[in-house]
Amino acid sequence: MSNLIKNNAIVADEWTLVKLPAPAEETVRKQAGKVVIFKVTGEPAATPEQIEGTVIPENGKAIIPLTVWLARKEQLSARFAKGEIGVWVDSFELLEDLTDSVDDINRLPLIAINFPRFVDGRGFSMAALLRTRYGYKNELRSIGDVLRDQLYFMKRCGFDAYSIRADKSAEDALASLRDFSEPYQGAVDNPLPVWRRHARTSHHAASAGRVFSRHEDEVD
Amino acid sequence: MYIYDDIDQRIVDERVAQYRDQTRRYLAGELSDDEFRPLRLQNGLYIQRHAPMMRIAVPYGLMNARQMRKLADITRRYDKGYGHFSTRQNFQLNWPKLEDTPDILAELATVQMHAIQTSGSCIRAITADQFAGVAPDEIVDPRPFIEVMRQWSSFHPEFAGLPRKFKIAVNGAKNDRALVLTHDIGLELYKDGDGKMAVRVFVGGGLGRTPILGSKIREHLEWQHALTYCEAILRVYNLHGRRDNAFKARIKILVKALGAEEFGRQVEAEWVHLKDGPSTITQVEYDRVASFFVPNRYTALPDHDASFDAAIASNPAFAAWAKRNVHGHKVPGYRAVTLSLKKTGVPPGDVTHNQMDAIADLADRYSFGELRVSHEQNLILADVKLGDLFAVWEKAREQALATPNIGLLTDIICCPGGDFCSLANAKSIPIAQAIQEKFDDLDYLHDIGDIELNISGCMNSCGHQHVGHIGVLGVDKDGSEWYQITIGGKQGSDASLGTVIGPSFASTEVPGVIQKLIETYIANRTDEERFIDTVRRIGVAPFKAHVYAKEAA
Ligand code: SF4
Repeated sequence: MSNLIKNNAIVADEWTLVKLPAPAEETVRKQAGKVVIFKVTGEPAATPEQIEGTVIPENGKAIIPLTVWLARKEQLSARFAKGEIGVWVDSFELLEDLTDSVDDINRLPLIAINFPRFVDGRGFSMAALLRTRYGYKNELRSIGDVLRDQLYFMKRCGFDAYSIRADKSAEDALASLRDFSEPYQGAVDNPLPVWRRHARTSHHAASAGRVFSRHEDEVD
Repeated sequence: MYIYDDIDQRIVDERVAQYRDQTRRYLAGELSDDEFRPLRLQNGLYIQRHAPMMRIAVPYGLMNARQMRKLADITRRYDKGYGHFSTRQNFQLNWPKLEDTPDILAELATVQMHAIQTSGSCIRAITADQFAGVAPDEIVDPRPFIEVMRQWSSFHPEFAGLPRKFKIAVNGAKNDRALVLTHDIGLELYKDGDGKMAVRVFVGGGLGRTPILGSKIREHLEWQHALTYCEAILRVYNLHGRRDNAFKARIKILVKALGAEEFGRQVEAEWVHLKDGPSTITQVEYDRVASFFVPNRYTALPDHDASFDAAIASNPAFAAWAKRNVHGHKVPGYRAVTLSLKKTGVPPGDVTHNQMDAIADLADRYSFGELRVSHEQNLILADVKLGDLFAVWEKAREQALATPNIGLLTDIICCPGGDFCSLANAKSIPIAQAIQEKFDDLDYLHDIGDIELNISGCMNSCGHQHVGHIGVLGVDKDGSEWYQITIGGKQGSDASLGTVIGPSFASTEVPGVIQKLIETYIANRTDEERFIDTVRRIGVAPFKAHVYAKEAA
């Protein structure tokens, strides 16, 4: 069964996610004795060998790594024109590299943002930028360490599709899209902060209507 | 004080439900430790040495009597009958059971309290002046502004996974009691040339391992733009702050790496796109929130009270208390009172459930039912009539809350340290207690005068030791506990960071070292000079010489 949520429903996934082959030698970086998990924004994502070695399926729709897209754009132009190419961006890559690579961002039918770890919140800002600054309107999908407790935030930042991590239930995750019914601040899904959505109570009304008795449930 | 409407209430209720389900999934094994950790942290729950520690928000240090009673009740039912006010103006439970935490949150929600974002890599509770609204040196009451920011920052989706914790302070008085220079963002509210409220913006201050004062990136920002401007700052930080090394992940490191000027330029470039957007604060919304902070219904009073004057003249103990624990007030005939949580023998900031109930009664009876929490870990009754001070003192004394030591050497700021905190290198509470015991002569304390002594059990600096006039930091040397001493730190608008005086000391030596620092001060001070002034004038060397002098053989 598919683990893809799109527009509040579990749907079949028509896209193949293409990953980079593992680098020839994996260097484990350590800092203060701890393995470094996150990459610094702007760090190179792939070696030329990895880019060359990435196998893109001959047919069907494929989401390919940004570095591969940038290096092999010409070669993919026909399939791109057919709407068969989507691009995924890692949390440490520069969004501008993607937006500069196409004359119209909306020619991409799908952009995915990778969350290498669910606590890496860069993807939230990247999504917000794609939707607001760059006017991207097509599918925006979260991939990687996508867990239900972040879905609500993702939705608010402009994602409309979520590829839930394989070992978790997408069914359960659906519920989390509705964790809060009326958020305070404006975001991509609703740019209006709550005070522009509703006439809110002032002190006068609050103290008249909702009595806040000091001894209401005095304890003892 | 701000009162929730249905929208606020629904958000905290939904949060309780969300957290309850997260805890259930964790206990059922559906969430791993690593997956649950950031979730519980963003709800103030740490797993600590003995038990979880739960941090409850007291937004900008303001609470009412009913909330205080609820906290007392919670410590009785779910903890050991006492709790702790921390240097972050919040309340900590030291022994709750993990299974109980959803119920504790549900209890809190009934009195409009929560633990949202009291920990974790997100925008934390906003720090404020404990005398906001009543301080004589106040230019702008920051509370409405902070409430607007509190709502904006609660569950802000774009900043739910920052590289590290993010702390904002807002000050609206001449003297900065909110520590704007040692926060990730410090906002200073002031009146500009046209008499309009404006904001001065500082970024990149912080304590911890790399203490640094914030840099000003904007002198004048119209208040309406505060949210969009902060969003621009946070977006630059979220995208570019380091995540490869937790020790280098605070915004101060990014600001330092880029230079404040370049960082400011990037913020401005981002802000161009956000400016004037829907998050621009409207006058209507500001006024709505401000309507909750209208001045209390004060009685018109003269600024003298014969009974007060008589009590001062006849009762030296009361006079000593009034001198240290009573503070000026905007309104004639009123004073703010600090209830000291720094009694010798009690860990700084600790209160029992009985004390909390008594404090709530005091607030109801004498101070419009409101209370404040200071980052110095004391509690404040902000609106007491001059003529009531004696009664307040007597009642506070019955509850051991009237130690007349505010601003004195024994009013120590102290983190929980090695007794509770799993990150600690060393204990901090026993050090505070040993110092308090050594300096228990009140006349001597009053003679030493204004001084701030801050203690942290490790580099994380929850006890703000870098900005203590005297700072004590627990360090680990080959597995044993040592203490490094700094002098010359200061909080406030002319903040500075302390200088290490030399090699560190064993715990038993610390009170003696403090004694020597005080001796050096007394020998060198001019009239009216406070400890910090003397350090600034004569430098560290004479202090160091006296502390490390070889005992004459
Ligand atoms: S300063 Fe260190 S020891 Fe003290 S509370 Fe903070 S983390 Fe714990």
